[in-house]
Amino acid sequence: MTDTMRSAENPGLAPIPGPTPPPIAGPALVAAAVPVVELRGVVKEYAGGVRALDGVDLTIGEGELVGIVGPSGSGKSTLLHIIGTLDRPTAGTVAIAGHHVASLTDRRLSALRARHIGFVFQAFHLAPGVSAVDNVAEGLLYSGLPRARRRRLATEALARVGLADRARHRPHELSGGQKQRVAIARAVVGQPDLLLADEPTGALDTASGEAVMELLHALNQEGATIAVITHDTEIAQRLPRTVRIRDGKVVADSARGKVVV
Amino acid sequence: MPGRRKRTASQATERQAVALTARRLGPRDVLHVGSAGLRSRPVRVVLSALGIAIGIATMIAVVGISASSQAQLLQRLDALGTNMLVAKPGEGMFSGQEVKLPKDAVGMVGRIEGVEKAGASGDLQHTVRRSQMIPEAETGGISVKAASLGLLGVLRGTTASGTWLNAANGRYPSVVLGHVAAERLGIDRPGRQVWIDDRYFTVVGILDPLPLAPEIERSALVGWESAQRLLGFDGHPTAVYERSTDASVRQVQRLLAPTIDPQNPQNVSVSDPSEVLKAKAATEGAFSTLLLGLGGIALLVGGVGVANTMIISVLERRHEIGLRRSLGATRGQIRIQFVTESLMLSGLGGIAGVAMGAAATAVYASTGGLPWVVPPWAAGAGFVATLAIGSVAGLYPAVRAARQSPTLALAAA
Ligand SMILES: Nc1ncnc2c1ncn2[C@@H]1O[C@H](COP(=O)(O)OP(=O)(O)O)[C@@H](O)[C@H]1O
Ligand SMILES: [Mg+2]
Repeated sequence: MTDTMRSAENPGLAPIPGPTPPPIAGPALVAAAVPVVELRGVVKEYAGGVRALDGVDLTIGEGELVGIVGPSGSGKSTLLHIIGTLDRPTAGTVAIAGHHVASLTDRRLSALRARHIGFVFQAFHLAPGVSAVDNVAEGLLYSGLPRARRRRLATEALARVGLADRARHRPHELSGGQKQRVAIARAVVGQPDLLLADEPTGALDTASGEAVMELLHALNQEGATIAVITHDTEIAQRLPRTVRIRDGKVVADSARGKVVV
Repeated sequence: MPGRRKRTASQATERQAVALTARRLGPRDVLHVGSAGLRSRPVRVVLSALGIAIGIATMIAVVGISASSQAQLLQRLDALGTNMLVAKPGEGMFSGQEVKLPKDAVGMVGRIEGVEKAGASGDLQHTVRRSQMIPEAETGGISVKAASLGLLGVLRGTTASGTWLNAANGRYPSVVLGHVAAERLGIDRPGRQVWIDDRYFTVVGILDPLPLAPEIERSALVGWESAQRLLGFDGHPTAVYERSTDASVRQVQRLLAPTIDPQNPQNVSVSDPSEVLKAKAATEGAFSTLLLGLGGIALLVGGVGVANTMIISVLERRHEIGLRRSLGATRGQIRIQFVTESLMLSGLGGIAGVAMGAAATAVYASTGGLPWVVPPWAAGAGFVATLAIGSVAGLYPAVRAARQSPTLALAAA
């Protein structure tokens, strides 16, 4: 399959044989490893009877970089929100980093998000009038870390996304691509187990979009588990695993397909 | 950073065992998130804090102005002293019985321990007129009294012009006018003559106001001996004034009546003229409830304005709320953020209001020559009121913000 070829072409990316094991884990530990995301029979119905998700099974293992693709309105964002515990499923089970979402209160879910999940949005959602480094530091606001530490980590994260020289700039002084990189720094500053991105390149020109995707690839190589929604088939083709959604159902999963084949 | 995410599976399970507990925001962080919305919209902050500020300013000014008036009275009272007592003939044992103070009452009172000065006045039945031609009935409310030489000293009075009665001018028909008496007679300087009984008396002095002895202000005062010699005064004082040390006032008050009339102390009534001024000061201190009510209404309208601003703020910041929820903010933390914002908004109004009210009081006080007083309790109460308003106004918007679905808040840019 194309995915296998792509992995072979790109030796920097660890080949991903199945949903669970991260590249460095030995075979004995693989069995014990807890998947970062585990969805079983997830259904999401909105008021008014729209069935945005219709029995989704999805497992994402540590260190994976998964693309979620599908036509508009197919339920990609809904899926990402449920994975990100911003919403609860109507039916089915969701486990994130081993925590069963159904058994957690809203407070604990918030703590789960603060500690384990980072989000990147198409619209960046940076605070206007606030410097890049302070925007990144907001990513740790609810972590319980002391202020000075949050700022230091934010500075580091900003350097990691290549914007060390833009720390004092405010969002309106940054390009779209730079804004999205600030947003990515904010999402990863707390070293989450899982980074979720909903069309992060949707509002960017091709070059900026490529830079953002390169950054996500690099973060993945450093060990980050990432799920990214994308419209762009070119971008999707470069991802090691893609999950295709249509009408709320998973219609293709390159990883599973490979296992099955 | 590279590699730090690489963990073994056992570490992952270990980590999973760590209980998920939401961390509290420190006070600084609460202030930080609470002020974020305000910092980005300064004009709106000023306008919506203004209502609160006007309400608080009105209330502070009402309270401050009455407190300043009261402070002036108390200051004056302090200058006049609260250590003067007056003894007068009381009601007799049997009604209608005329009671007289002994002729030497001043001397007796002067010997009481603690008494520093004593003086007396004696009422006369005569009238005083500008001239013989004016009918006797037109007294203008002015009485004629005999005054002891020491009287003015006891009263801490001063002459506006001329001199007080003394041994020299006492030998001739001389009179000193209280300032009300002088005004009513239309006499503005010494040297003029007034008609008492059957002769002209020369005005030798006019007194300054005597807030502690309004009866003297309305009198024409003749020397003790002249009154006896020329006007048939019997020499019995009708009022004995004494000034004591501050410490002995209560003691002297107890001893006055038995000293003046050991047999029938109930025939002597003792009063403290400063009590009247104190009572007046108390009523000056009572502020207008109507104005206070107006301030309250302004405050209420201000509170509605803050609530309105907060609701708009929550609607406008749906994305921010969704983002914060995605970053791990609990519903409680979102609530606290908006309640804090509301508290800061109304608190700013409160601080501005206290400052404006204090400034208004200062302007009033300086134009009226009053001391500037803003009671700290009023400033404190005003500020507490704004905080109460802020929390009430912010509560509903904050609850709405916290209830908002984070996914909806993040949908559609
Ligand atoms: N909050 C909501 N209420 C009702 N319907 C919704 C809501 N969010 C999404 N939907 C519907 O659910 C379906 C999936 O939406 P979404 O997950 O946003 O799709 P995608 O991200 O793939 O474009 C669509 O039909 C959409 O109209
Ligand atoms: Mg979408």
